[in-house]
Amino acid sequence: MSKDLKVNQEGQWVILKTFTEARIALGRTGVSIPIRESLSFKMAHANARDAVHEIMDTNMLLEQLNQLNHPIIQLHSKAADRAEYLLRPDQGRKLNDTSIEKIKTEIHPEKFDICLIISDGLSATALHKNIFALMQVLFPLLKNGAYTLSPICLVEQGRVAISDEIGVLCHSKITIILLGERPGLSSPDSLGAYITYGPKVGNTDALRNCISNIRENGLNYQDAAYKIMMLISEAMKLQLSGVALKDTTLLKNIP
Amino acid sequence: MMYKHIIGKQTFIFQDLKALLAKASPFRSGDALAGLTAISYQERVAAQMCLADIPLKQFLVESLIPYEKDEITRLILDTHDLNAFQKINSFTVGEFRDWLLCDACDALTIHELKNGLTPEMVAAVSKIMRNQDLILVAQKCEVVTKFRNTIGLKGRFSSRLQPNHPTDNLKGIAASMIDGLLYGCGDAVIGINPASDNPEAVAGICNMLDHVIQTFEIPTQSCVLTHVTTTIQLINKGIPVDLIFQSIGGTESTNQSFGVSLSILKEAVEAGRSLNRGTIGNQYMYFETGQGSSLSANAHHGVDQQTCEARAYAVARHFNPFLVNSVVGFIGPEYLYDGKQITRAALEDHFCAKLLGLPMGMDICYTNHSEADQDDMDNLLVLMGTAGCNFIMGVPGADDIMLSYQSTSYHDILVVRKMLGLLPAPEFENWLVKMGLQDNSGKPLHPIGYQTLLNYLPNE
Repeated sequence: MSKDLKVNQEGQWVILKTFTEARIALGRTGVSIPIRESLSFKMAHANARDAVHEIMDTNMLLEQLNQLNHPIIQLHSKAADRAEYLLRPDQGRKLNDTSIEKIKTEIHPEKFDICLIISDGLSATALHKNIFALMQVLFPLLKNGAYTLSPICLVEQGRVAISDEIGVLCHSKITIILLGERPGLSSPDSLGAYITYGPKVGNTDALRNCISNIRENGLNYQDAAYKIMMLISEAMKLQLSGVALKDTTLLKNIP
Repeated sequence: MMYKHIIGKQTFIFQDLKALLAKASPFRSGDALAGLTAISYQERVAAQMCLADIPLKQFLVESLIPYEKDEITRLILDTHDLNAFQKINSFTVGEFRDWLLCDACDALTIHELKNGLTPEMVAAVSKIMRNQDLILVAQKCEVVTKFRNTIGLKGRFSSRLQPNHPTDNLKGIAASMIDGLLYGCGDAVIGINPASDNPEAVAGICNMLDHVIQTFEIPTQSCVLTHVTTTIQLINKGIPVDLIFQSIGGTESTNQSFGVSLSILKEAVEAGRSLNRGTIGNQYMYFETGQGSSLSANAHHGVDQQTCEARAYAVARHFNPFLVNSVVGFIGPEYLYDGKQITRAALEDHFCAKLLGLPMGMDICYTNHSEADQDDMDNLLVLMGTAGCNFIMGVPGADDIMLSYQSTSYHDILVVRKMLGLLPAPEFENWLVKMGLQDNSGKPLHPIGYQTLLNYLPNE
C-alpha cells in the first residue's frame, strides 16, 4: 500500500505549478490520472453543467434590481426552454411575440441613448452570483452620465444578438447586454458584457466590443464597470463599435 | 437532377444530389438547424439506399456548389485525376463501400487512388457506412509526413502538445510544455493557441518555443496558431516559424469568413518554403477544420455539414500539409449535440481525410454546453487509436484554460499507447530514450530525465 502511494506522487513536480493555473503536475498511477485529480475534474465539469442548466431566478433578480429604483421590463426570447435554446441559437437571438408587444406598448415611443439588457445567456449562475454586485457599481455610473437610459430589460433565454432587436425597438443609440458566458471548468459563473453602437438586426460580432470574465475571481466589478463606461463613451464619441473601436489608442490604455 | 427511390408503394423524391446527400446523412443537430435533414428515419434510410445506387461518376458531372461560384468546386474538379479514377470508374457508391472493405483493397491501393477521389464521393460513401466500416477502412490507410520527424507510420500514435495560457504568459506556457514533454507528448507539434493576435506577442511565443526545441534538441516542430497573414508577416521579419497554421472550410465563402483564400494559402506555403526549417521533410502547413463551420458562417449553400467538411480536405490536400485535424466537438451542441453525434462526426472526418490522403489527427473534445463528458471522450479516444489516427491533442488535465473546452490529456495519450501498444514518432522516441524519459523497454515516464527539463524554467 505504501508503495502505491509513492507511485501516486510521481509526476507531482510542484516547481512547475507556480507558473500556471493549468492542470499540470497532476501525478499519476501507472499512466493514469490519480483519483483525487480525476474526481476534482469531474466536480468542475459538474459545476459547469449545472450552470448551463440552471434556471434564471427571476424573483430573486427582480428583488435585487428593484433596489436600483429604475423601471424593469421582463422579456423572453423565442427559445421556449433550455433544450431549444441550446439547439436553436437563432431562436435565442429573437424576442417572442409577447415581448415585442410588451416593449411596443410599455416603452414606445421613447428614445434612449443606452439600452440596458440583462440575460441568463449560457449561465444563469453567472447572473445570480454577479449581476447585483456589478450593477451596484455600474448603474450609478450609467445614471450619472449624460445619457438617457432605457428600462432594464431582463431577458430569459437570450443570446448576445437579441440586444440588436431590443435596441431597435427601444430606439437606442447603443446597447449593452450583460449575460452569462459559456461556463468553463474553472469559471462556471463568468459574466460577459457586449456593447454595440447602432443596434440593427443582422449585426455581426465584429461590430461589438466584449468584456469577458467578469466575476469575483476574474475581472472585478470596479474594473469591469470602468471598462464598460470607457467603451460606451468612446463608442458614442466615434459613433461606432467593434473592431474599429478596439484599435483606438485611448482604449489600449485601459488598465 | 432529381433522384427517386421506391419502397413498396411509396416513392421518395430527392430534389438534387446535395439534397440526397443531406438526407442520407446520419442525424446531427447542425443539419437540423439548417433544415436539411430527412423528415423521418424511413426517409433517411431510403436516401441512403438511393445514394448507394448512384454511380461515382455522377459526382464529376453534378456539382453541389456551382463551378462558376466557388473556387473550392473549381479546385476539386480541376485537380481531379481521371487516370487514378479509372479503377473505380464503374462503381456505384454502394459498390465502392463493399470494395473498400474487401481484402484486395489495401493501403497501397487506397494511396494510389486518392487523387481520383473527390470529397463528395468520399462523403457519400461515408454516409452509408457504419462506424465499424469507417474504422476498418481508415485503419488500412497510412499517411506519412515529415518535417523534423516522421508522423503517421503504422504502430505510431503522436500528439500535439497544447500548453495554452489565458494571457500568453511565456513561463506559464513553458511550465505546461515541460510537464507535457515529461509525459512524452509533443511529437506531432508543440502548438499554442495564442490569446492575443498581436504580432509581437505571437513572435515572443515563437522565439520561446524555438529556444526550448533548440536547447533540448527535440526532434519536433513548433506552431503558433494565429491567422495565416500574421504568420506570413512574422516569416518576412525572420521570426523562427516552423509550421504555418490556418483554419479552413469547404466553401469559398467559409474561407472568406476566416479571412483566407486559395491564393493566400499558396503565399503561406511559399513563405514556409523560404525558411525551409524542416530537416527531413518539407511539409509546412498545419490546418484545422470542423463540421459546422460553413453553416456558422452562413456559407453552406444548402450542403450538409459533413460534406462541407470533406470539401475542406480538398483545400488542405492541395497544400501538402504536415498535419490536419478536425476540432470535432468544439463548435457546440447546435451542430453536434451529444457524445453520439461527436463520435460519429470524428469517425467520418478521420475516414474521409485519410481516404483523400491527409495526415489526419483529431481534437477529441467537447464544450460544457454539449451533452457529453469524459466517458464519451474515452470511448472516442480508443476508437481513434484503433482507427490509426495520426495524432491527438495533449492538454494539461484535458482542461484548456485558454479556450475553455475539454480535450485529451497527456495521460490520455499514454493510456492509448499502453492499451493498443502504440509508440511515439521514431525520432521523438529516440530522443525520449536519450533524455532518460523512456527506458529501454519502451516504458514512458522514466525518472532519470526529469531534472534536466525541470531545471529549464528557474534557469530561464
